[in-house]
Amino acid sequence: MEMLSGAEMVVRSLQDEGIEHIFGYPGGSVLDIYDAIFQSDKIEHYLVRHEQAAVHMADAYSRSTGKVGCVLVTAGPGATNCITGIATAYMDSIPLVVLSGQVPTFWIGDDAFQETDMIGVSRPVVKHSFSCRTAEEIPMAIKKAFYIASTGRPGPVVIELPKDVQNPLNKFPYEYPESVSLRSYNPTLSGHKGQIKRAVAALLSARKPVLYVGGGAIIANASKQVLELAEKLNLPVTNTLMGLGAFPGEHKQFIGMLGMHGNYEANKSMHNADLIFSCGARFDDRVTNNVEKFCPHAKIMHIDIDPTSISKNIHADLPIVGSVEVVLQQMLDLIDETQATNDSESINAWWDQINEWRAKDCLAYKTSETHIKPQQVIQCLYKVTKGDAIVTSDVGQHQMVAAQYYPFKEPRQWINSGGAGTMGFGLPAAMGCKIAFPDRPVVCVTGDGSIQMNIQELSTCMQYNIPLVILLLNNRSLGMVKQWQKMFYGGRQSHSYMDSVPDFVKLSEAYNHIGIKVDKIEELEPALTRAFELKDRVVFVDVAIDPEEHVYPMQIKSGSMEDMYLSKTEKTDA
Amino acid sequence: MRRIIAVLLENESGALSRVVGLFSQRAYNIESLTVSPTNDKTLSRMTITTDVVNHAELEQMMKQLHKLVDVLRVTELTQSAHVERELLLVKVRTVGSEAREEVKRTCDIYRGQIVDITQNLYTIQLTGAGAKLDAFIATMDDASEIVEVVRSGVCGIARGDKALRA
Repeated sequence: MEMLSGAEMVVRSLQDEGIEHIFGYPGGSVLDIYDAIFQSDKIEHYLVRHEQAAVHMADAYSRSTGKVGCVLVTAGPGATNCITGIATAYMDSIPLVVLSGQVPTFWIGDDAFQETDMIGVSRPVVKHSFSCRTAEEIPMAIKKAFYIASTGRPGPVVIELPKDVQNPLNKFPYEYPESVSLRSYNPTLSGHKGQIKRAVAALLSARKPVLYVGGGAIIANASKQVLELAEKLNLPVTNTLMGLGAFPGEHKQFIGMLGMHGNYEANKSMHNADLIFSCGARFDDRVTNNVEKFCPHAKIMHIDIDPTSISKNIHADLPIVGSVEVVLQQMLDLIDETQATNDSESINAWWDQINEWRAKDCLAYKTSETHIKPQQVIQCLYKVTKGDAIVTSDVGQHQMVAAQYYPFKEPRQWINSGGAGTMGFGLPAAMGCKIAFPDRPVVCVTGDGSIQMNIQELSTCMQYNIPLVILLLNNRSLGMVKQWQKMFYGGRQSHSYMDSVPDFVKLSEAYNHIGIKVDKIEELEPALTRAFELKDRVVFVDVAIDPEEHVYPMQIKSGSMEDMYLSKTEKTDA
Repeated sequence: MRRIIAVLLENESGALSRVVGLFSQRAYNIESLTVSPTNDKTLSRMTITTDVVNHAELEQMMKQLHKLVDVLRVTELTQSAHVERELLLVKVRTVGSEAREEVKRTCDIYRGQIVDITQNLYTIQLTGAGAKLDAFIATMDDASEIVEVVRSGVCGIARGDKALRA
């Protein structure tokens, strides 16, 4: 059998797991692993400028491809810098394996230089973690980590590797395990047959159904089944922020995103539905508004691979544990088998009602002579990219506007931090996507607050020539914070104004990128067109937008789903 | 509602901290927790007593426990016939033969055992359900001066055919 050191085992195990890209930052306790990477021609390593960005890159690499993202960092601060990234992936169920160094086993507990209990620090935000105390454990720990990260409800897994365990002088027999099974971990994939029958019956007899599709449908690659079911039964479909793209954004049965900044027709349909069928969506508080007033007329059906997501916030009348893809296929098969269908007359009447709500045109906005509106920027982006770009975003108003005004055609096209709401996610995420899809246009939609939280990665872009477009909706303030302060805090703008926004054009140029400043609406389309034509450069488009613009619709706090502000002056009568 | 949850989990480093972390992270209440390896040394058995607001909270708690990768089985014991036991060690100060006799009598009534004696101190061991131990401590408090109390927390097992096995 082949004899390898612990450090070599790490690299070989990753290779044997099929890992091609890894994101990280070296340091004392992982030097042996970095030395082994240096000698490997199979794994491409990207050196970031801050470990948090490495995790976001791996995370978005995973979101855009469906593969497991992989990160390598050193002990102590290298590891703790990853925590925000790991928490981001955890909240959105993204499979990652994060390898972190550790001080030698014989120093653990002695407060050695760069010692941090990474297993302890990361515990609340990982699916699982391993600490390897001998080199022989490494291949199995890595195998298990990838298996756990990618199956069931996916999530990040941390592996801690003490320095002495990596020692290049000590060689051990290496064999990468072909398979792994854990007696304590067996995710359920297919739905209970009786529940499938009941779900089909309930769905067919519903007169006002809504298909409520979340990120789980994307993770499970269930878009085909969602589309087939929706079209077969003429069901209205709403997507959560995480589910955008799971159902085509321009499909006539798509009623828009739902929730806090959801479409009027989506929120109205939910509130007035008699059946809500959640496919991999978890009734998050940004969707439900006040749970006491949530959808009073609806029976709730819920498919989720994670039993804890079912009946956590909203009681499910008909729970189905399983993968969205498998369960929907089971339902489709049963529908085909029985040739059953729903009552088209009542569904048509339901559509008449929904179309009335649609006619409200809740995303309409007033343009201005003097200011560029953020909505215009996203609509222009859609036009220039023909709706085909991978769009990553940061967190705030720009994120909501991108979600509302860029109808995503397919899954894995919209990459954002939905659960954790991590500012600073967008740029490294765009880099991760571009590395995964070098031939596709990738754009990071960002704000002047968010972009500065990981702006150092412009340097990584320069080093590896990762060409992408950064589209900054620059309102010289923390827009979403400011919106809340205007609406709920008597307009007191406590620390939400960016007093010294840098010259982003000059900043981009400092990193040898191209910066374009847009102040007038007529400059916007030419700037974006040029940005996407410059395929081998990073182009930073800094658009000065109306600083007073708010995001609407917006649910009214403590209200039901259908209680919304529709503009600064209009709200639903509740 | 007081509930007793039995958990069978991998006997691995970190497994306990994941369970304890889960309870604090999700703001669940732990009244007592005991854990020890089983006859199969690769497995640990844990008994958790908790106070839940309603059945939904209990169900969520059990699902969250089961979600931990190290956990094999989770069950709730109070829903059906079960045995729960707790071990109490209590050290009491006694002065005078009358007091000593009173302590000894109370101890016998509760079927406790005196496991250590010094000139002025008795150490008593008692097992039983929590309520019995509470009552014993209250009685002892009247009969003597309690110096020190240690309780193991509850261990529980289902009666009859039911078993929590891998």
